[in-house]
Amino acid sequence: MYYIDPHVHMISRVTDDYERMARMGCVAVSEPAFWAGFDRGSVDGFRDYFRQLTEFEPTRASWSGIQHYTWLCINAKEAENVSLSREVIAMIPEFLNRPGVLGIGEIGLNKNTQNEATIFREHVDLAMKTRELILIHTPHLEDKYKGTRMIVDMLLEDDRVEPERVLIDHVEEHTVRLAKEEGFWCAMTLYPVTKCTPARAADIIEIYGDDRIMVNSAGDWGPSQPLAVPDFIQEMRRRGVPDSKIMKVVYENPLEFFSQSRNFQFDPPDTFPMPREAAVD
Amino acid sequence: MAGAMTANEILDRLFLEMRARILELAASFDRIDRADSDDHLGEDPRPSQLRRANDIVNSGRYDRAEQVQMIFSDPYQAGWNRPD
Ligand SMILES: [Zn+2]
Repeated sequence: MYYIDPHVHMISRVTDDYERMARMGCVAVSEPAFWAGFDRGSVDGFRDYFRQLTEFEPTRASWSGIQHYTWLCINAKEAENVSLSREVIAMIPEFLNRPGVLGIGEIGLNKNTQNEATIFREHVDLAMKTRELILIHTPHLEDKYKGTRMIVDMLLEDDRVEPERVLIDHVEEHTVRLAKEEGFWCAMTLYPVTKCTPARAADIIEIYGDDRIMVNSAGDWGPSQPLAVPDFIQEMRRRGVPDSKIMKVVYENPLEFFSQSRNFQFDPPDTFPMPREAAVD
Repeated sequence: MAGAMTANEILDRLFLEMRARILELAASFDRIDRADSDDHLGEDPRPSQLRRANDIVNSGRYDRAEQVQMIFSDPYQAGWNRPD
């Protein structure tokens, strides 16, 4: 089955992962900007990161026939540094018209602080002024419920925000309704121990339906599983869900959401000519 | 979207896995208590969170997963973003 992983930090993964994902049916990925494991020291550090996301990463993905899209921002952990965050937000528009840039993300909250909220609102303002889609990171563990509610509050504060152009990520049993009831898209992250499992994600879809929802691996430099979406497909098949229904969640829904971005150009796999740039030695 | 499997089929598939998880949980509580005979954990809120979560698992509710999540969640204050 073809699938799209709508949230995976491929910059942290090896080329072999792209190849394994392609063999499992992955035809496209979208990669939000995130924390590198250390706080970057300057706006130029982010500029180089955005070049990697928009130049080299799509090339590397193409070696396995995978189409690569990206999202740009300064993440919530580094948003505690408000002055650096403002420099990064001012620099982001240099990249917004590059091919494959879908919008602003993953912005959000981490520890639910005032500085994080300030920078979240400034990212939303940039997205509204430049008419970009938004991808939102919600905090983990004990911070998730409160942080998700604060994020929804801030989105509702701004009457320029169109909910169907916003994706709220890492939803779980206690936050999925908050996102869906206000008309936002949402995504579940299949991640060992701290987030959702394939079985719980399948439960949430049984309970809340398969509209405006997708699943991702959020594979990154931590303990994570870049083949988590195929695990979800397998769980759904074991439950007797027909492939056409599974395909809606893992393929058609991401396409429907991404298609709202002016930079989203997608070659469906049955017509995709697999142009491979020569791999470097 | 209702599940395509009957309750019996789901139980057949999950029984040994659930049995193993409950055993693991029981052994984990035992391990903590064995090491804490002089009540070192005292005011640590986590053991009581785990016990409350366990009570929810044993309840007859249909939203156990959501309620367990809420036990491990910080409280939200409505109006946090309104100037007062
Ligand atoms: Zn992420």
